[in-house]
Amino acid sequence: MPTTNDHAIDELDHARDVQAIQRFREAAANAHVETTYVPVERATEAIADAIEGDAVGSTLPFETVTLPEKVRTDPTDDDLRTAQTGVTAAAFAIASYGTVAIPMTEHKEGPVSLFPPTQVAVVLARDVHPDMATAFEVLARLFDDGTKDVIFVTGPSSTGDMGSLVRGVHGPEAVSVIIVDTTGEGI
Amino acid sequence: MKSNTTREETRAHIRHLLAEEGDTVFENTSYLNDARYELVGELGADYDRLKDRARSIKEEAIEHLPDLIETLTERVEANGGTVYVAEDAADANQYITSVCDDVGAESVVKSKSMTTEELEVNDALEAVGIEAVETDLGEMVIQIADEAPSHLVGPGLHKSRTEIAELFNTHFDPDEPLETAEELTEFARDHLAPKIEAADVGMTGANFLIAETGSLALVTNEGNARKVVESNDTHIAVAGIEKILPTLEELQPFIELIGRSAGQSTTAYTSILTPPVATPTMPFDEGGERSFHLVLVDNGRMAMRDDEQLRETLYCIRCSACLNSCANFQHVGGHAFGGETYTGGIATGWETGVHGLESAAEFNDLCTGCSRCVNQCPVKIDIPWINTVVRDRINRSDTGTFDFLYEGLTPDAESGGLSLRKRLFGNFETLAKLGSATAPVSNWLANRRESRLLAEHVLGVDRRRALPEFQRTTFRDWFRSRERPIIEEPMRRAVLYPDIYTNYVSVERGKAAVRTLESLGVEVELATPRSTGREPLSQGMISTATERARLIHADLADTIDEGTDVVFIEPSDLAMFTDDYEKLLPKEAYQTLAENSYDVLEYVYGLLENGADPAELSADDESLMYHSHCQQRTLGVNTHTVAVLEELGYDVMTSNVECCGMAGSFGYKSEYYDLSMDVGDELRGQLVEAGDRRLVASGTSCTDQIDDLVGENPIHPIEVIDPERRKGETTT
Repeated sequence: MPTTNDHAIDELDHARDVQAIQRFREAAANAHVETTYVPVERATEAIADAIEGDAVGSTLPFETVTLPEKVRTDPTDDDLRTAQTGVTAAAFAIASYGTVAIPMTEHKEGPVSLFPPTQVAVVLARDVHPDMATAFEVLARLFDDGTKDVIFVTGPSSTGDMGSLVRGVHGPEAVSVIIVDTTGEGI
Repeated sequence: MKSNTTREETRAHIRHLLAEEGDTVFENTSYLNDARYELVGELGADYDRLKDRARSIKEEAIEHLPDLIETLTERVEANGGTVYVAEDAADANQYITSVCDDVGAESVVKSKSMTTEELEVNDALEAVGIEAVETDLGEMVIQIADEAPSHLVGPGLHKSRTEIAELFNTHFDPDEPLETAEELTEFARDHLAPKIEAADVGMTGANFLIAETGSLALVTNEGNARKVVESNDTHIAVAGIEKILPTLEELQPFIELIGRSAGQSTTAYTSILTPPVATPTMPFDEGGERSFHLVLVDNGRMAMRDDEQLRETLYCIRCSACLNSCANFQHVGGHAFGGETYTGGIATGWETGVHGLESAAEFNDLCTGCSRCVNQCPVKIDIPWINTVVRDRINRSDTGTFDFLYEGLTPDAESGGLSLRKRLFGNFETLAKLGSATAPVSNWLANRRESRLLAEHVLGVDRRRALPEFQRTTFRDWFRSRERPIIEEPMRRAVLYPDIYTNYVSVERGKAAVRTLESLGVEVELATPRSTGREPLSQGMISTATERARLIHADLADTIDEGTDVVFIEPSDLAMFTDDYEKLLPKEAYQTLAENSYDVLEYVYGLLENGADPAELSADDESLMYHSHCQQRTLGVNTHTVAVLEELGYDVMTSNVECCGMAGSFGYKSEYYDLSMDVGDELRGQLVEAGDRRLVASGTSCTDQIDDLVGENPIHPIEVIDPERRKGETTT
């Protein structure tokens, strides 16, 4: 049984999480990233909604969230070249920047999140960290535990090199992030 | 007449660039500069904390560089990669080409890397028959145009969309001519995609290297660096040895600062990779074993580390804030700043370190010491100081010809290699004394047409510039001869510093300062009028400036110890005391001077805050247009001027430019006159927009420039509030 005090701390933590998620969504919007916040039971449906055309993906490392069936995992080169959407998990998100951190493993998260014109990233609400300093503490722990390669993604690929800003260069032109609430508390 | 030919060539080159590249460079750099101010502003107090942390991490890292190289090497090798420390460009290229040869490479795809530009890797590859393909769109443009990068971050930033379209349409002859940025981008991507896939080696730079994990960080927007790495079995990363940070967590402040400093809150991608990366290589069915080669480039860096003055350059993270905030760079772009690879701002340090003094020498003059870049650098490098040091070394390496003729006019502590013009500007104090003693004849003689032609021909002093008009009665003469008011129980005691201009030329602002301070209950003494060393320092004459600094310290140390403050009318001299003397004087001597020095309006502000009665000051609701001095803004003391004027009822509008373009002697130099006026044009627009507001400026050279720009001589803010003005008397 939690004491009253524990309960108050839980509420405080929850309030902090809510604030981080709101801040993340605002920063992401500024970085031209669409965000959707869903309870865990609607996560697969929300991912499906964010997908444009044919989709490739890397299996999500979450116990409670699975990819929609239409997403082709372990894609071939051709799958990657023709897919309209690529779905991967994010290890965490950084609220102040609207950034998602995509780990790259042998499961092809790298090309899946890079080649198709629409990128969908799935992050758990509890992994939305308030700022870069916190994010780097988490990153250092992940590296200690064997993570090797991580890409911080903040918005679609872009260039100013052709005389004015263009989105969609060697990477996606649209990015969508699904934030999954696994606590059942919502915001 | 060798020097005149060079001057003429320089002038022609600058004119050409102003016409061809100036507008596009200005549009892009001023956009990035404004964006940077906004983005770092959003950080509030965190900005300084991040900068302090980044600075101390870099100081530590460079201090322990040999250890870091060792740790990084061990880690990369443990991860399955190879490390090669290349002594110089030839050594690096030799290794790179041999790796390419080993894998039978026919082509190498590259993401943007200034270090590979420094090494001229592409040429080395082409020489052995390997195609080098730049995949960053800016680099691709430069490669097709066969030009050198003009900017650290945006190599093709001097090219407009129309020019790029023309270039692509000529080079590729597409079915439909390309026009929009979207069309150009799509075309470039489709052109590059098969090349990236077909290549045998992917080459990247590294923005940062992490010793403890053997990782590298790539900060990019386009996604090409990711593709280059993911699509090729062999990954070669080329990076200067200075890029190493000890731990992953120490990367954090740099990631927060690098994008913002370049004018973007954060880039689309920050790849933190520990190669060989785990991702399978595309195409998957042909995928072989991944291999990774880290080429750590010394190429002069270890020597820079041992060089007390150049060492700071190694802290540079190549964000380009110093370029974008440089008024001269904004107007004429990187192609004017010379240098074999790096250009503008901190490039002076890089070029001197990696390519040698001659490479840095060509356009070192373009740093006017305005100091606007100093607060913009995320690792707090004193970039103007590095430019001054290099200028001093250049002076010492030249061989002079006329010098002996002018020894009397140039009582400096410099060796023989200094040009006559540098000596003249650097010893302006002597000239001013002489000019004042013989005024008005000196003014009349100096302004005769034949004198101006001679001055332009021999000295390169542009004849279109008005020369300072020396006053026969100096400020000090006036101060000594007047009847001094008796101030009972003075609020403070101040020694007013009579800079050369105030003493010999703009005497009125000195008088106004004395009257103002006395009216506020300050007992005013005058310091001995002597140069702070600003003029010699701006010519790179460090020994002379140091000698001046010592004399000044000897003059003032006792007075300051007795509790007297030092007050300045000229911001560039205040900046000597509070900033440059740190480099010229022993620590304690510097601190004594710096801690007790004030801009005159900053001082007035302090007096009013502490209860001084402004009743006698000239208060009015007059509309003013105030242009503060560049160094004053770097020191953050311009705000006091505005506060005092507003407190007294004035309606103050302020200019918003990095620099007026004159910057001491810079605008007088014939080869830089066009650039100086081009920079000034921005200020001119703002002054014209201000309508009939009275023009006010704090700096002498700003005053001269504004007079040349709009034909109206601004007054110093101290003259605005001068009690004499209140009495309705003219201050002649």
